[in-house]
Amino acid sequence: MVILNALVQGVLLGGLFAMAALGLSIAFGILRVVNLAHGEIMTVGAYLAAVALSTLGVNVWLSLIVVVPLLGVVGYWVQRLLLQRALSLGELAPLLVTFGIAIIIPNALIELFTTNKQAIPTGDLAVRSVQLAEGLRIGVLPLLTMLVAVLLIAGTQLFLARTRSGRYMRAAADDSETLRLMGVDHRRVYAYAMGLAFAIAALGGVFFGMRQGGVTPFDGQLLVLFAFEAVIIGGLGSLWGTLAGGIVLGVAQTLAGVVSPELPLLVGNLVFLAVLVLRPTGIVRSKVVV
Amino acid sequence: MTALLAAESISAGYGDSRAVADLSFALEPGEVLALVGANGAGKSTLLRVLAGAHRPSAGRVLLHGEDVTHVRDFERNRLGVCLVPEGRRLFASLTVRENLEVGAGSRRDGRWTVDTVVDALPMLGDLLGRNASQLSGGQQQAVAIGRGLMSNPEVLLLDEVSLGLAPIVIDELYASLAAVRGGGLGIVLVEQDLERTVAVADRLVCMLEGHAVLSGTPASLSRQAITDAYFGHEVTPW
Amino acid sequence: MEPLVPGQVRVDRLRRRMIIVQILGAGVIVALAMAPYVFEPAVTSQWIKLFYLITLATAWNLLAGFAGMVSVGQQAYIGLGAYGVFVFNDLGLDPYSSALVASVAIGVIAFALSFVAFRLRGGYFAIGTWVIAEAVRQIVIRFDSLGAGRGRGISDYTADPVLRNLFTYWLALGILTATLIGALFLLRSRMGVALQSIRDNEVAARALGVDVSRAKRIVFVLAAVMAALAGSVICLQQIGVQSPSQMFSVSFSAFMIFMVLIGGIGTLEGPILGAVIYYVMDLYFSQMGLWYLVVLGVLAIAVTLFLPQGIWGALRARFDITLFPVGHRVVAVPGPRSSSPAGARPSQPAPRTDPQTDTTAASARTEG
Repeated sequence: MVILNALVQGVLLGGLFAMAALGLSIAFGILRVVNLAHGEIMTVGAYLAAVALSTLGVNVWLSLIVVVPLLGVVGYWVQRLLLQRALSLGELAPLLVTFGIAIIIPNALIELFTTNKQAIPTGDLAVRSVQLAEGLRIGVLPLLTMLVAVLLIAGTQLFLARTRSGRYMRAAADDSETLRLMGVDHRRVYAYAMGLAFAIAALGGVFFGMRQGGVTPFDGQLLVLFAFEAVIIGGLGSLWGTLAGGIVLGVAQTLAGVVSPELPLLVGNLVFLAVLVLRPTGIVRSKVVV
Repeated sequence: MTALLAAESISAGYGDSRAVADLSFALEPGEVLALVGANGAGKSTLLRVLAGAHRPSAGRVLLHGEDVTHVRDFERNRLGVCLVPEGRRLFASLTVRENLEVGAGSRRDGRWTVDTVVDALPMLGDLLGRNASQLSGGQQQAVAIGRGLMSNPEVLLLDEVSLGLAPIVIDELYASLAAVRGGGLGIVLVEQDLERTVAVADRLVCMLEGHAVLSGTPASLSRQAITDAYFGHEVTPW
Repeated sequence: MEPLVPGQVRVDRLRRRMIIVQILGAGVIVALAMAPYVFEPAVTSQWIKLFYLITLATAWNLLAGFAGMVSVGQQAYIGLGAYGVFVFNDLGLDPYSSALVASVAIGVIAFALSFVAFRLRGGYFAIGTWVIAEAVRQIVIRFDSLGAGRGRGISDYTADPVLRNLFTYWLALGILTATLIGALFLLRSRMGVALQSIRDNEVAARALGVDVSRAKRIVFVLAAVMAALAGSVICLQQIGVQSPSQMFSVSFSAFMIFMVLIGGIGTLEGPILGAVIYYVMDLYFSQMGLWYLVVLGVLAIAVTLFLPQGIWGALRARFDITLFPVGHRVVAVPGPRSSSPAGARPSQPAPRTDPQTDTTAASARTEG
């Protein structure tokens, strides 16, 4: 029953990882940018929610209404002002720029907020759970996280497949120069895609903060690695694959946690490396290119 | 009367090499103007200059008499100049229908919609749901032309329509081209296939090493003159 | 200036300049080796830091600037180098030999890890190396004998602090010298040409018959060994490891990237200049606390976007200077006869006139 419980918790944890991975996947799929600062963007989202709560007393759910679009706008401008220029300079430059951002954010956060955890209380949501069977309870928050993750992936999939903007994004991923010949400024399309990635990252960051009861400046580094691992385990280019990858990672971590509380991160990393060696294309074959 | 599209003393190139040298011509509404010349004569570069995808080192591009030389490619498309690029360049992960829809990115009004494009290019009819990467070369070219039309252009720039295609497919494409014409649409056609070009064009401009060396209506130009211009005077074919 | 005529050119590997560099370099190294007899240990122990910074920057530059592999996981090898000192020291070797032996062992580990890391390319390679570094840290801290998560000191160490400093200084200088010489010869070799062709266009390099993964793997292992040596110097200087998370910190990657970018990526001189700049900045600004890192991040982004050639690259473009002759240039062979020009050897790789390799190449002047 302990194992079953860990399995279920792991699957639900996978929802969080999938949410973290989704933004990374969008940025890579459409812009070919690997955003090394992705985890930091998530952290910033969580910090904004925490600050809104501590200074204005705004409820977490309410703060999402501001935080998510706000980081979307930030993503739009980061793309337009920094990354677009970097993209024109070659393959290394976008990486180096995002790495620079990944260094700036946590250190600035430590200086501004110290290394203490900034609380994101959720009332009794964090402790509420549903009993499925004897000894098997699932938390309401993890369940909600998984639900949101699934909805986000489905929504993103639909958005890319069905809307005009989604079509432009896929076309820009294929051939941005030709898209320009069709009267569409690919730089705007890229910027919207990055805005979307940032907004989803912020949402994921807030959910992470709720789960952990708060956020620290060091979380971004963990999150970017989790997100990346979920993307690779799931298989590049598949949005549903990120969910599968997230679940594999989540299960690996929670099962390892049953053995020893020190093991989850190490085992998660080792599972990732094993997948990389044994099945480098990921566990889900990609059909849709994104 | 001002021309629909005019090139005035255009020079353009890449780095130190000059692909187009001091070239001028004018395109009237409803006209098909063909640029002929051997590989490397600068035809594609010229089309890219006209579309705003390549910046000329000298000269002006005028649309309805207005200087659009510095109007960028996506904005120029919105003004009604559309390039169907060499190599088709379809969006490989999109379906044919989606490719056409992206072609309407400039949102200009006009007679071209997915339905009318399919009427003009009947070979697209059964392909709308297919992925662009699964098409044959001829089908891809038809989609590329249709996608270009979707922006309801006033000027359509067609680069190397028949390149790499089987003669029977080329026949079909050129037959469709007749249906595409009309409504004042001006077409600049770049083609290496002299035979086709002479048959379809209202006017020819022969380019040699970036220069316009000969121009006129197909009827007014002798085959020998065109061939000479095509290869240059000193080059003996084979 | 002779015009370049096919058949009347030869490839100049800048041999004369190489000889000058060798003589001057040897002089500088001897002078630096003698420095502890002139300066106080407090001064020379500061220089140790500069030496390992240059070593680290050069190693990262080989990876990213020449082989096109952006790694943000070099801290794996820095940390392993530091902990390797403990391992071999515990086995009875003196700490300095431990450093050298450990670096060889870490080279072997890096070789094995390359098979994992090379599954990924571009940006995902970068995060992949980061994951590997995390995993390595998490494994290292599971060993109680290595101090677990707490860090530890070197158990059997030279007692006299002056001698300790002296030996560490010489080791750091030796490592730096070996790194620079190794990098110089690597880039002058056929492999260097192969590497630069990979960086410029991997697909084309492959098509021309360059064994891309072999060349990359060699650089990957070499860079790891250099990082390991630098890590062991850090360990020796600090008489141990204060905290494993500091020794395996991704900040090391940030420093390396900063030094290389500021100085000029893809040149041998750039990282040296960058390391000196970083060293001076660190001396004066590190009391700013973490804002200092924020500034480094901002500067790194600014340089990437607005001075992509770095300071050395900008200087070189302006004044046409190079210290280290790693390129070649095509020079005209004087004389009317076109048959068998002196110095043209068929075994030479195709001459390149890429300004990235050597700005003087573009002008193709005869060296005076």
